[in-house]
Amino acid sequence: MSSDHFIEFRNVSFAYGERPILNNISLAIPRGKLVAIMGGSGSGKTTMLRLISGQIRPSAGQVLVDGRNVADMNHAELFEHRRRMGMLFQFGALFTDLSVEDNVAFPIREHTRLAESMIHDLVIMKLAAVGLRGTQQLMPAELSGGMARRVALARAIALDPQLMLYDEPFTGLDPISLGVIAHLIKKLNDALGTTSIMVTHDVHKSLDIVDYVYFVSNGAVVAAGTPAEIRASPSPWVHQFMWGEADGPVHFAYPASTSLQQDLGLKGGQHD
Amino acid sequence: MTELLLSPLRRLGHTTINAIWRLGFITRFLLAILRYSGQSLLRFNLTIREIYFAGVMSVIIVVVSGLFVGMVLGLQGYNTLSRFGSADALGALVALSLLRELGPVLAALLFSSRAGSAMTAEIGLMKATEQLDAMSVMAVNPIARVVAPRFWAGVISMPILAAMFNVMGIFGGYLIGVVMIGLDSGTFWSQMQNNVDLHYDVVNGLIKSLCFGIAVTLIAVFEGYDATPTAAGVSAATTRTVVTSALVILAVDFVLTAFMF
Repeated sequence: MSSDHFIEFRNVSFAYGERPILNNISLAIPRGKLVAIMGGSGSGKTTMLRLISGQIRPSAGQVLVDGRNVADMNHAELFEHRRRMGMLFQFGALFTDLSVEDNVAFPIREHTRLAESMIHDLVIMKLAAVGLRGTQQLMPAELSGGMARRVALARAIALDPQLMLYDEPFTGLDPISLGVIAHLIKKLNDALGTTSIMVTHDVHKSLDIVDYVYFVSNGAVVAAGTPAEIRASPSPWVHQFMWGEADGPVHFAYPASTSLQQDLGLKGGQHD
Repeated sequence: MTELLLSPLRRLGHTTINAIWRLGFITRFLLAILRYSGQSLLRFNLTIREIYFAGVMSVIIVVVSGLFVGMVLGLQGYNTLSRFGSADALGALVALSLLRELGPVLAALLFSSRAGSAMTAEIGLMKATEQLDAMSVMAVNPIARVVAPRFWAGVISMPILAAMFNVMGIFGGYLIGVVMIGLDSGTFWSQMQNNVDLHYDVVNGLIKSLCFGIAVTLIAVFEGYDATPTAAGVSAATTRTVVTSALVILAVDFVLTAFMF
């Protein structure tokens, strides 16, 4: 395998108890690129991020980060790996008892011995990067959803990570916040040279900013390519996902064991 | 028929195994707290912050409750003692009841309701809102950063709160016995001085409250950390903290009393 691949999934399987999530999945994320992993809810996207960060271990296969198998890392090595990584959680996961400044300063204070004046300057710079300079003294409860996500982004990049993981960064945002966050993700990726993985189901906004896309369904990669290739893809999965169709390879309706007529107590109902 | 017989047996087995599993888990959790306590005690300001939230914020409820319990002891004690012509022993009765039993036990019950439940809810909500995950992903151990400071804050606060409860209780007894009923002040205090032993009564009472502090805070942080990360899960965990703490305090009190006195 080429060393240009910062992250590799080699035949990875994972299950929560009896419920399989990932099924023999293989993919590679090139160094310094912004890559999106797309798929419907429950398709195993967030699980892939948790495997990369070492929060869970695969039941089979290997997850390699910079050539090292995450599952083989001991406690100290795993924390060292995480120090070089930033993660933006779906709803920000800001520490509600800390101010914006203390939230962004949190990883810096925990992992460095910098003077408070320098930490203050770094926090200001990170907040300026996400357009929130001046909010230092606010508490998370005083922020809007979009602002909280941007503070969380500032916190995630506080230590200039080599790897950024974004878990559904666009969920629940208004169009302006969504556009700003998307622009920031792209800008930060270009400016810091990080390898970025974005898990999302927002197809159109993501295709505008990413370098490469993997489509995941039922724990397997069903399509992959550059945004241009994806737009031109004949894959029925891609088509259904791009245009939000209820019918297609992915079934919208839950496979009920009885028919609608039977459930409603109507005669002559047949199972469909 | 076999199924009817086996079903309760199976449930009993499941409940027993589950209880033993949780006991093992809480023991391992305590060991993990102790293992990572060094880091958090080195940054003692984290623990001081939690002492403020758990201990200082509980002072009002403990002090007021202590005063009322002392006053009730004064009234009931005087009623009973005066029947036997021993009303002079009221000071000793109030002090011994508080120092040996009521102070440590009631302060611990109040602490678990006021501070233990808050700890469980806070840690549970931090888990539900992915704050603990975020911390872990930032290479910061949540047990060292969140759990250990709260644990030590509870362990340190509990004996101090119990001592405050005792002081206020004795003052309440004094108010009723001496100020209201009119017993002799010198007799009240000298009876107390003669009958209360520093090691046997005061130190044993403090040891009790230290044990309760360890038990109550461990239950509170464990329930929060182990909570199902949903609104219903955190609510159930908070209830479990108060109920389990109350039962454990009373059971541990019985065992300690049997050994100490």
